[in-house]
Amino acid sequence: MDGPFSIAIGLIASGDPALTGTIALSLKVTLTAVSIACLIGLPLGAGLALARFPGRGAIVVASNALMGLPPVVAGLLVYLLLSRSGPLGDLALLFTPTAMVIAQTILILPIVISLTRSVVEDLWSEYREQLRSLGAGRLRAVPTLLWDGRVSLVTGILAGFGRASAEVGAVLIVGGNIAGQTRTMTTAITLETSRGNLGLAVALGIILLLITLSLNAAAWGLAQSARGRLG
Amino acid sequence: MLSNTRALLLCAVSSLGSIVAVPAFAQDFITVASTTSTENSGLFGYILPMFTEETGIDVRVVAQGTGQALETGRRGDVDVVFVHALPAEEQFVAEGYGVERFDVMYNDFVIVGPDSDPADTRAAENAVDAMTAIAQAGASFASRGDDSGTHQAELALWSAADIAPEGAWYLETGSGMGATLNTAVQVPAYALTDRGTWLSFENRGDLTITYEGDPVLFNPYGVILVNPELHTHVKAQEGQAFIDWLVSDAGQQAIAEYQVGGEQLFFPNAQ
Repeated sequence: MDGPFSIAIGLIASGDPALTGTIALSLKVTLTAVSIACLIGLPLGAGLALARFPGRGAIVVASNALMGLPPVVAGLLVYLLLSRSGPLGDLALLFTPTAMVIAQTILILPIVISLTRSVVEDLWSEYREQLRSLGAGRLRAVPTLLWDGRVSLVTGILAGFGRASAEVGAVLIVGGNIAGQTRTMTTAITLETSRGNLGLAVALGIILLLITLSLNAAAWGLAQSARGRLG
Repeated sequence: MLSNTRALLLCAVSSLGSIVAVPAFAQDFITVASTTSTENSGLFGYILPMFTEETGIDVRVVAQGTGQALETGRRGDVDVVFVHALPAEEQFVAEGYGVERFDVMYNDFVIVGPDSDPADTRAAENAVDAMTAIAQAGASFASRGDDSGTHQAELALWSAADIAPEGAWYLETGSGMGATLNTAVQVPAYALTDRGTWLSFENRGDLTITYEGDPVLFNPYGVILVNPELHTHVKAQEGQAFIDWLVSDAGQQAIAEYQVGGEQLFFPNAQ
């Protein structure tokens, strides 16, 4: 029997369309979820850092706690929501990539919100006086602070990407692991394990790790060059 | 502010090449809830392209245990269910969730266990005897424990043997057939599995078939259209076309043709 590494190399070299389709879908779903989570989470996290209102503490604690939300629970909630017998059943989204995007967004959002809040809060307490002297109020300061904390924020966003791309519980429930439609890298690994194809399962795992590794390397490179430009 | 745009660009960079995913409506398709045994054995991979070529209808299979597949059908999340647990299927139709059950095919269950056969199941006269021998020897037994068709068949055997399976020897994995077999290989333990999954399973270790052949191990598969009167979005026409094809000569022949390692896995038996 071939070892997992040689299977992985063989798979990559063969350019198997089923494999490339699975990789493309995994990336599409997770990157879409990361983007949506950023669009919502960055402004929300910054607002949470700067605004003062009753119940703020509860929201901060809740968003921190939700970072530990078990993926399978997130999946179950989205399943019950999107099921034909659920409140959003008419949208016919269950067992589609969109359903997987929704589930992963729910998993990533707390990470983006909590991290953004923490980064922006620190920067605000550090630069409050300077920003005020420049005439920037809390709201006006948000973009500046987000830009200033971009390196830390990218790390958080990558953590979110990692959580979403590595999880299997949620996408299995809401996507259904349908071949060619909703089969991602992680659900394919689960399937091959259940078929006793342990070598192939590990090979797919190696490929998934390589993808995550390249994305992280790219983000690190970007952060380094950003630092370089700042001097 | 320029920096505002830049902050958002961070996200754009991390989402390079991503497009909002939308379901494809271009082609006719139906969604079928079926069992891990039909999916894992590779049967669908063999027969579904033939159906799609003939009718232009794409079939999307969600592979679950029989219990979960019927629940998915009850909720109206699929158009057709294709499972193997006759009493549960008949109840599904009687309760109005399904239109009518059609016989499609059968395979059989086998008892697999360590080659050394510590419970001496090879000498058993029938399947109930074999299960009794395992329990009396206190030999490890890995159970699906997930309300699947296989699990229900196993419970029926224990019940026929008048044994309440519990104790350190009885391991409920709560997982699919493949995961349960992976566990049985490691323990090592006996397990009840459908022949199809066993023949296509690649990680057998020291396990082998120790008992087979009792007619009580007969494992019939049925196909049911989810009731379109209950769930109006069900694609009744396309779903029925799939059922009609499965029980037609062409469908039955395709099922009979499918082999793994030179062995036929499923035997068509449509009326």
